[in-house]
Amino acid sequence: MTSVNQYALEVNNLAVEFTTYGGTVKAVRDVSFKLRKGTTLAIVGESGCGKSVTVQSLMGLIPMPPGKITSGSALLDGEEILGLKTERLNQYRGKRLGMIFQDAMSALNPTMTIGNQIAETLIVHRAMDKKTAWVEVLELLALTQISEPARRARQYPFEFSGGMLQRVMIAMSLACKPDVLIADEPTTALDVTIQAQILNLLRNLQEKQGLSIILITHDLGVVARMAHDVAVMYAGQIVETGSVDDIFYRSSHPYTVGLKEAMPSNKTVEQELRVIAGSPPDLFAPPEGCGFYARCMYAMKVCEKNSPPIFGNHHGARCWLHHANAPAHILQQSLKDPTN
Amino acid sequence: MIIEAKQLRKYFTIAKGQIVHAVDDVSVGIQEHEVLGLVGESGSGKTTFGKTLIGLHDKTAGEVIYKGRVLPAHYKAEDFKNQAREIQIIFQDPYSSLNPRMTIGEIIAEGIVIRDQCSLASVRDRVVYWLERVGLHSDHLSRYPHEFSGGQRQRVGIARALIVEPKLLVCDEPISALDVSVQAQVVKLLDELKSSMGLSMLFIAHDLSMVRYISDRMAVMYLGSLIELGSADAVYFAPKHPYTQLLVKSNPEPDPEYERQRSDALIQGEILSPINLKPSCRFAGRCPLVQARCLEERPLLREVAPGHLVACHLV
Repeated sequence: MTSVNQYALEVNNLAVEFTTYGGTVKAVRDVSFKLRKGTTLAIVGESGCGKSVTVQSLMGLIPMPPGKITSGSALLDGEEILGLKTERLNQYRGKRLGMIFQDAMSALNPTMTIGNQIAETLIVHRAMDKKTAWVEVLELLALTQISEPARRARQYPFEFSGGMLQRVMIAMSLACKPDVLIADEPTTALDVTIQAQILNLLRNLQEKQGLSIILITHDLGVVARMAHDVAVMYAGQIVETGSVDDIFYRSSHPYTVGLKEAMPSNKTVEQELRVIAGSPPDLFAPPEGCGFYARCMYAMKVCEKNSPPIFGNHHGARCWLHHANAPAHILQQSLKDPTN
Repeated sequence: MIIEAKQLRKYFTIAKGQIVHAVDDVSVGIQEHEVLGLVGESGSGKTTFGKTLIGLHDKTAGEVIYKGRVLPAHYKAEDFKNQAREIQIIFQDPYSSLNPRMTIGEIIAEGIVIRDQCSLASVRDRVVYWLERVGLHSDHLSRYPHEFSGGQRQRVGIARALIVEPKLLVCDEPISALDVSVQAQVVKLLDELKSSMGLSMLFIAHDLSMVRYISDRMAVMYLGSLIELGSADAVYFAPKHPYTQLLVKSNPEPDPEYERQRSDALIQGEILSPINLKPSCRFAGRCPLVQARCLEERPLLREVAPGHLVACHLV
C-alpha cells in the first residue's frame, strides 16, 4: 500500500464522549480527516465545536473518566495511536507528535527557566546529557528567532512576552523533531503584528523541516494564510473538507458560507455582514438530523430527522443538498466537478 | 463634536522615577452620531485612553470637553452619577464585568433604578424590552451571569449600558472574546442601535477588519501616541504612517488567493515598554524607514490630506 505513506496522520470515525452530572456530552461525533505529509491542515470552528477535543484525544490528553473515546482510529504514519497505554503513548507523544497551546504562559512551568524546560524534553526523549542538551536548547531558541538565546535561556517564563513565549513553545515542541505538529489556536491571544511573525515562523519551519501541521483556529484569515487543506467543524462533526480554495471559493456547506459572510471582507465595496441566527445545538442531546438544521436557511424536511453523510470526495460536505434527489441549488456546483 | 480630548495625558507612576506613559498628549474628538474606531496593539494605551476619556482614570494633564463643558480632572461619586446618564461603557471581558451575585434583571435595571430612584418592579417592562432588543429572552431575567455564554453576557453588557439611553457609548473591545458568528451578531446589533438611537461611539478593538466595518473614522495608537487618524477606508486602504502600513499588511484576510500574493513584510520586534519614554518618534525603534531626526524629535499629528492626519516626519 503506497497510500500509507502519503499521509502523516489519518483519523477515521473518531467519537469522544464526556460523562457529566448533567448527562453525556457527545463532543466529537464521527470525525475523519487526513493530513498530507509536509502540509498544513486547518481545523476551523467555533468554541464548543469539538476541535480541541479532537486533537487532545490524539495526544492522549483526554482525562478518562469523564472522557471516553467510544470509537475510531488514528494512524500516525500508518501506526495506530489511539488507546495506547501511557508507556507506549510516551514514545510518540512529544516526540513524533508535538503540540503547542493557545495559552503559552500557563502551558509552561513558572518555576523553571526556559532553557531547563526545553532541555528536560531533550534529556527524557532523546537521552542527551545536560551539556549537549543545553547546546541544542540554544540552537532551538535561535531557530525560533529568539534573540540572545544564551541570556534568554536562563530566564523564567514571566520575563517573556506572549509572542516570545509562543516561540519558546514552538522551540520546545520541535526539540524532538516531530513529524506532526498540532497547533491549538497558537496566535489567538496575540496581536496581529506578532501573529504574523509566529505564522511566518511556522511556515518557514514547515518548508525547512517538512513538518506536517494541524492548525486549530477560528480565524478564517489565519486559515487563508496558512492552510493547504481545511476541515470545518460544527457541533462535533466535520461538515466540510477540501483544499483551502475549495472551502473559500467553492463552499458547499451552508455553515461554511455563513462563517464567511459573518466576517468583513475588506473589499473597497462595502458588503453587508450576514449573521448566522441562533446558536449551536446542545451536545448533551445532539439533534437527530443535521446539527445545523435549526440555523440553516436552506433546511429541508429530510434534514430534521436524518443526519446527512458526507457527499463528495476530496472536497466533501455533510449536507443533504448534495443528494441526487435534492432540488437544484447554488451550493451544488462545486461538488459536481468530475475531478472531485 | 459631542466629546473632545485635548492633549489628554495619563501617566502611571509604578516606582520611584518610573513613569508609564500610557496616554501621551492625545487629541481627538467624536462627532455626533459618529463611530470612531480606535486600534492598536496591546500596550498601546487604547483602553486607558477610553477609560480616561470618561473619567474612569484621573487625568494627568489635558482636558476632555463634553458638549462644550469641561469634564473634571478627578471624578467624585457625584460626577459619575451625573455623567452616567449620557455616557456609558461596554467592557471587554463579559465574564468579570457582570456581578455574579446579581440576577440579569438586577444588572440591567441598576442604572435606571439609581437614576430614577425607583423600584426594580416598576422598571420591569423596560428591562424586558431591552433584553429582547439585544436578542435575549424575558425568562432570562431571574437567572445569574454564570448561566450564560460569552456572547449572551456581552449582550447583557450592551443592554445594561443602553437602557439609560446614553448619547455616547465607549465599547472597549466588545467582541474580542467572542466567536466569529457571534461577533457578527454583536456588531450588527451595535450598528442597528447606533442608527435607531443616534448614538456616538468610541469603538476600541484590535481587529482591524471589524473596526473598519463599523467605524466612520479610524484612529491608530502606538505606545500612548495617536499616530494616524482619518476616514476608516482611507486609513485601511491607503495608510500613510509606516506603522499603520505594516499593521494592515499583517492583518490576515479570509482570501487564500490574496494571501498567497501578499509579501512577507513584517514588523520586526515588539512594542516597547512605555516607561520613561524619550522625546523621539514612538515607532522609531521598529520603523523600517527610521532616520536620525526620528530619534531626536517626536513628530506631531498634522493633516496630510483633507481629514487625514499622520504623525510622521517622512510623510
